[in-house]
Amino acid sequence: MQITPLGDNALVLEVGTVIDESTHRRVQAAWRALAAAPLPAVSELVPAYTTVTLFYDPWAAVQAGAPAQGIADWLGAQVRERLKNPPKMEKTKPRVVEIPVCYGGAFGPDLARVAAQAKLSPEEVIKRHAKADYLVYLIGFAPGFPYLGGLPKELHTPRHAKPRMTVPPGSVGIGGEQTGIYPLATPGGWNLIGRTPLRIFRPEQTPPVLLAAGDHVKFKSITATEFAELQATQ
Amino acid sequence: MRIRKPGLLTTVQDLGRPGYQQYGIVVGGALDSFAARAVNLCVGNDDNAALLEIAQIGPDLTFEQDTLIAWGGADFDARVGGQPLPRDRAVRVAAGEVVSFGLARGGLRAWLAIAGGIDVPLVMGSRTTYRRAGIGGHEGRPLVAGDALKLFEPTPWAKQILAALTSGQKRAVTWTVRPETMGKPARPGVVRALRGPECDWFAKEAQRAFFAAEWTATKEADRMGVRLSGPELPLLKPQEMISSSVNSGVVQVPPSGQPIVLLPSRQSVGGYPRLAAVVSADLGRFTQMRPGDTVRFEETTLASAHDIFLARERDLARVRMGLARLAG
Repeated sequence: MQITPLGDNALVLEVGTVIDESTHRRVQAAWRALAAAPLPAVSELVPAYTTVTLFYDPWAAVQAGAPAQGIADWLGAQVRERLKNPPKMEKTKPRVVEIPVCYGGAFGPDLARVAAQAKLSPEEVIKRHAKADYLVYLIGFAPGFPYLGGLPKELHTPRHAKPRMTVPPGSVGIGGEQTGIYPLATPGGWNLIGRTPLRIFRPEQTPPVLLAAGDHVKFKSITATEFAELQATQ
Repeated sequence: MRIRKPGLLTTVQDLGRPGYQQYGIVVGGALDSFAARAVNLCVGNDDNAALLEIAQIGPDLTFEQDTLIAWGGADFDARVGGQPLPRDRAVRVAAGEVVSFGLARGGLRAWLAIAGGIDVPLVMGSRTTYRRAGIGGHEGRPLVAGDALKLFEPTPWAKQILAALTSGQKRAVTWTVRPETMGKPARPGVVRALRGPECDWFAKEAQRAFFAAEWTATKEADRMGVRLSGPELPLLKPQEMISSSVNSGVVQVPPSGQPIVLLPSRQSVGGYPRLAAVVSADLGRFTQMRPGDTVRFEETTLASAHDIFLARERDLARVRMGLARLAG
C-alpha cells in the first residue's frame, strides 16, 4: 500500500490501481478498519475508487505525541499497524437499496436518445436499466451523488455536448459508461431517462444521504401515479 | 445584529463541515480559516464560532446592544459612525451605530467576528452556509437587507474588555492580532507548495515550468477555487485519473493545461491530476487574489511544510495565552 501526502494535512492511502470489485472491497476493508476507532489527530476518512484519504491536523498530531519532524511517518506507521491487525468486525451483507424510478415522459426526456443509440425500444432500455445490479463505488460530486458501476454496455451513451442549465433533483441519467441520480438541482450533461421520488440528500437525517459507498442499487420501474404517491410521503 | 445593506456576498461561516466528505458534502467554512480564527480570538470567541465572511463589497449593519467586534482580511473601507473602523483588534460598537464595510481597496475578502458568535442552527455539526445545498448559515443563503441574526452570549473575558472600553470612552483596544505576521510567512508574491500525488504524470519541463513561472489569477474564481493562467502544463502521455479525494490547496490541472487552486468549498473528489498542493499557511493568499494578480510557486518539503504549519499554530497559541491574561 502506498501512502502519499496530499498537502500538509492529508495522506492518500492507495490500495489498488484499477476500478473493480476486488479493489473496492479492499478500499472498504481499509476504510472500515481505520474508522472503527479514531486515530489520533485524524478528522476525516474519505473513500474513493482505489484510495482512502485521511485528513489530519499536524498540530493535534504533535499534541498526541508525533515527533514534529516526522508527523506523516508517525501517522503512516499507525495506519499500517491498524491495517495489519484490523479490528474484528462483524461480516455484514451489503445493503441493497431499491430506487423506484418513473422512466420516460417528462421525467426522462432523453430515453428515446438512449434507445436510438442502443438500437433498442424504450421499453427494452427501461427493462435492462432496471434489471442490472449496481455497486456504489463512492459518493461525491454533489451531496449523496453515487458513482455507480454495473451499467450494461449497450446502454452506454455519450453525454450531451451542451449540458442542461438545470437538471431537476431525483433525475436518473446516463453519462458515458455511468449511471447515477442527481441529488440537487444542478447543471448536468447526462442523458435523463427517468426520475425517482426518493430524496437522495436529506440534511436533517443521519446519515444525511440515502446511499453509501459499498451499497448495491436496484432500480424499479414505477408509474407516474406511484411516483406522485411516493413523493407525497417524502 | 441587523443587516441594512447586504454587500455583494456576505455569508455566515465557521471552520466548515468536516466529517461529511464521504457523503459528497463539501467542507466549506471561512475561506481563510486562520484569518477567521484570529478575529474570533480578538473578541474572546472559540476558533469555530460563526462569523461573517465579506467579499468585495461589504455590508452595512447595526447592533441592538453595545457589542465587541473585530475584523480582518482584505483592506476594506470599513467605518463605524463615519470614522475608520480599526482592524485586527477588539472594537466597541454602541447600540444603533452603523458599521459599514464599503469597498475592498486591496484583496477581496474579510472576516467579521462578533463577541459570542452568530447564533444560527448547527446543520451537520456546522454553522457554515452551504449555498449550493441551501442549508446552514442563515437560512442556507447569503445575507439580504433586513436579515436579523441572533448572537450568543459573549464570554466573561469579552464582557470585561467591552466594559473597560466603555468606561474609558475608548473605541478600540491598543493591541492587535495580525495573522499575516505569524509563523514563517512566505516572501511577497510567493506561495510554498508540495508536489502532488500525480506530479510525475507531467512532463519534466511542465514540472519545472510550474515552479518557475509567474501565474496570473483569472476571472474564473469563486469559493471552490481560482483558475490561473500561465504556461501550458502538458502530461507526459495522455492518462485519465481515477477520481480520488482532493484537498484545499490542491493544484489540479484539467485537460486545458491551466491549473486550478482549490479552496475550501471545493468538491470532495476530483478527476484531474493533482500536480501540487499549496501549504495551509499560504492558502489564504488565493482567497484575496483579484483577476490579474500574479503569484509564483516555490517547492517545499513535507517536513518544512509542517514546520511552517506548527510555527503559525504556536504563535497563535501564544497570543491566546497573552490575551487571556488581559482580563481577570
